[in-house]
Amino acid sequence: MGIDNEMKVTFSAKSENESFARVCAAAFVTVLNPTVGDIEDVKTAVSEAVTNAVIHGYENTEGVVRMRCVLSGRELMIEIEDDGAGIENIALAMEPLYTSRPELERSGMGFTVMEAFMDGIEVESSPGHGTTVRMKKIFNT
Amino acid sequence: MEIKCEDGGKNLIVFITGDIDHHSAQEIKRKVDKSFERSNAKNIIISFKNVSFMDSSGIGMLMGRYKTINYRGGGKLVAAEMTAGISRIFDMSGLSKIISRAATVEEAVRSL
Repeated sequence: MGIDNEMKVTFSAKSENESFARVCAAAFVTVLNPTVGDIEDVKTAVSEAVTNAVIHGYENTEGVVRMRCVLSGRELMIEIEDDGAGIENIALAMEPLYTSRPELERSGMGFTVMEAFMDGIEVESSPGHGTTVRMKKIFNT
Repeated sequence: MEIKCEDGGKNLIVFITGDIDHHSAQEIKRKVDKSFERSNAKNIIISFKNVSFMDSSGIGMLMGRYKTINYRGGGKLVAAEMTAGISRIFDMSGLSKIISRAATVEEAVRSL
């Protein structure tokens, strides 16, 4: 399927940009006339992925997060990428309730929420180099 | 985002307006814990009526307040006026086993 529309944004890995990123992704898909529920799903998944980049990727230090959204027909692909610490054990990180930072009051639900709210998720990570989270959402007519 | 804490005797009633994410959860934590510390409350009721968005950081924030209450001893945390979107994440987390829900703040007060 060819690409109908694409956008890329790069922003500082700051917690205040979590809301910027989710609103940005939501605005990008409005062309599909999505339901309120679908918009909520996308916003929540983006918020989780960007929060992971800020807290775990860069451990609240300076860095850059890149978000790319691609629309092909009624399928949305969102890619969120950081150049941070990376994940040693992706399977463990994706386990429900697992958190590497319990002192930060994290619920360990981030990846579980992304999996539940989207129609597909792939995680690529290289320790010391960064993480890419790729999510897919299909919007029904 | 706005956080209003009302001292209701044995209950601290918290009204949150806006989005709850990792960024705002830190401020909620600070304000609620400070108000709880200054009050003689045993319980915390949080109203989600005006919360427009919540991700899993909200779950972490609730788990944290549950611990705060337990540290003082014997109290309860009630999540009131949750919208459908917030209920979905709340139910997924399994928090309903330890945190009770109420349709309204009045109902939450009556249950305590």
